[in-house]
Amino acid sequence: MAKYILKRIGYMLITLFIIATFSFILMKMLPGSPLTAEEKVTEAQREIILEKYGLNDPIPVQYVRYLGNLAQGDLGVSFQMKNQSVTDILMSRAPVSAELGFWALIVGTSLGMLLGLIAAIRQNSWMDYGSNIISVIGISIPSFIFAGLMQFYIGVELELLPIAFWGTPQQAIMPVIALAIFPMAISARFLRTEMIEVLGSDYIVTAKAKGVSKFAIIFKHGLRNALIPLITVMGPMAVSLMTGTLVIEKIFSIPGIGEQFVNSVTTNDFSIIMGTTLFFAFLFIVIILIIDILYGIIDPRIRLAGGKD
Amino acid sequence: MENILEVNNLQVSFDTYGGEVQAVRGVSFNLKKGETLAIVGESGSGKSVTTRALARLIPSPPGRIKEGEILFDGKDLAKLSDKQMQAIRGKDISTIFQDPMTSLNPTMKIGTQIMEGLIKHQKMSKSQAKERTIELLELVGLPNPSERVDQYPHQFSGGQRQRIVIAIALACNPKILIADEPTTALDVTIQAQILELMKDIQKKTDSSIIFITHDLGVVANVADRVAVMYAGKIVEIGTADEIFYNPKHPYTWGLIGSMPTLDNTEESLVAIPGSPPDMLNPPKGDAFAPRNDFALEIDREMEPPMFKVSDTHYAATWLLHEYAPHVEPPEAVKRRMKGFASTGAASNGEGDQS
Repeated sequence: MAKYILKRIGYMLITLFIIATFSFILMKMLPGSPLTAEEKVTEAQREIILEKYGLNDPIPVQYVRYLGNLAQGDLGVSFQMKNQSVTDILMSRAPVSAELGFWALIVGTSLGMLLGLIAAIRQNSWMDYGSNIISVIGISIPSFIFAGLMQFYIGVELELLPIAFWGTPQQAIMPVIALAIFPMAISARFLRTEMIEVLGSDYIVTAKAKGVSKFAIIFKHGLRNALIPLITVMGPMAVSLMTGTLVIEKIFSIPGIGEQFVNSVTTNDFSIIMGTTLFFAFLFIVIILIIDILYGIIDPRIRLAGGKD
Repeated sequence: MENILEVNNLQVSFDTYGGEVQAVRGVSFNLKKGETLAIVGESGSGKSVTTRALARLIPSPPGRIKEGEILFDGKDLAKLSDKQMQAIRGKDISTIFQDPMTSLNPTMKIGTQIMEGLIKHQKMSKSQAKERTIELLELVGLPNPSERVDQYPHQFSGGQRQRIVIAIALACNPKILIADEPTTALDVTIQAQILELMKDIQKKTDSSIIFITHDLGVVANVADRVAVMYAGKIVEIGTADEIFYNPKHPYTWGLIGSMPTLDNTEESLVAIPGSPPDMLNPPKGDAFAPRNDFALEIDREMEPPMFKVSDTHYAATWLLHEYAPHVEPPEAVKRRMKGFASTGAASNGEGDQS
């Protein structure tokens, strides 16, 4: 197991290196520099600043320097945020995004699993069709539409919840729901399909033949087997939540990474864009690793240490 | 011997988009204490559906028990609620399924799967149940049981898994054991071992077994009595000797004629022409008539009742009616019957399976 994880960490570093290289090249292909938007800076001052930060050096030199700093954990300095280091910005903003994403994932998947489970058990009933409709709506309508609708009706018209900012639980409700709808829809669809298949399998008949109660058949025998494929989609789902936060944070003015990321793109603040990209990539890879380990816990057939047959 | 189970006019149907599929159309038989009853017939004859209906394991919808009684222990199982049935399944009536590769839960330790019934039906504590599980695994001949209880199904071979499935079925000393083609998915050497094991267990536990198969070789090896099913009905029922030495129904002749043997290799196997009827629209009259070389005019009009051959032997064919012409079984079948008599294939227990 330890060897496996070490190997996986090795692959993670290689992946990060490749992502860093590509996004660096892409950033350098963008026209303009972080200072283009600054009107009060004279041509001479601009030259001085570019020189100071090494932005006049040939691109390969910049690339090597960036990677060297990266290896030491230094993501550079923001050009817009009064010399704050990118690491500081990420560290102050990441927890907010993480909190938002975490709750959205928890709320979304648990509601979705509940919907899917009910749909599977009461197949072809009105509950099944209802859950189906909710899922299709959730999958096909983007989260920012829900966000806007909720802001208008719940926030402005009914004045039930605050429409923006972050800090109190009330402020979290709308963005979490907006973000949770997509994972809810996906997991409901998946669990329904899987559960129906599992409940039709031979070992469920074996369990019935043993006299096991309906409840135990669904939860002890069925659910665990039906969860395996759901875990596969949880990874991409968690990632789509991250990209979802980019927009949702902007709409609700939540001070998370996403909002910072969007702002930085408009001002060409490339050290922040690079840092955020790498941070997201890192998160994604870690999530995939966690999911692979989870697999083994749920399904003994893919447990890594293997049997001693 | 006393009857432990009595089935009267059992009818099972499945409601499909195309209409009602009549899988079982009035099956009656009884099962005596300690005996092995084999139910034979080709695919789709309703043998599995019949036995699943006994344990009320027919998924509903689309399946339903349309009519009939299943009398067990003073109760009519056909009329019990799901909850009442849960208390009988696994405790009094257990089932061994066909495919050991899919009939165990892949994400649950095999020990837990065996213990489940013990804890539920016999109110055992976890540690008691585990002890009993190890005993059971020993009984079914799994090596190192105390170590292997904590393993998962994928760590066992097919034959070992079938032993585990049998251990699950045996856990609560059931009065009736339904074995639904328990050897079909296994290779031949393992088949023989599993059959031996089942005979052995029956001697030890004195339970009654309903053994479903389409392999007459297996029947000869294990059965006391045989019921031959065709198109959702029992067409002939009798002791194993009666079915093998003195079969009366043309369908039984066909089954015996199509059975491969080792001693005559020149002869080609006799196949029953045609295919079983569509149970969505069962034919009028005798369902076997279109495939039957010996069919009489009346077979196309009226279904034959069960004619009595002896106290234990009944067959549903008009050929047994007093006005019917005398018909001898085909030559190939006669030779087979002689072959059985000389090798004693049907004398339960002694004959080798091949």
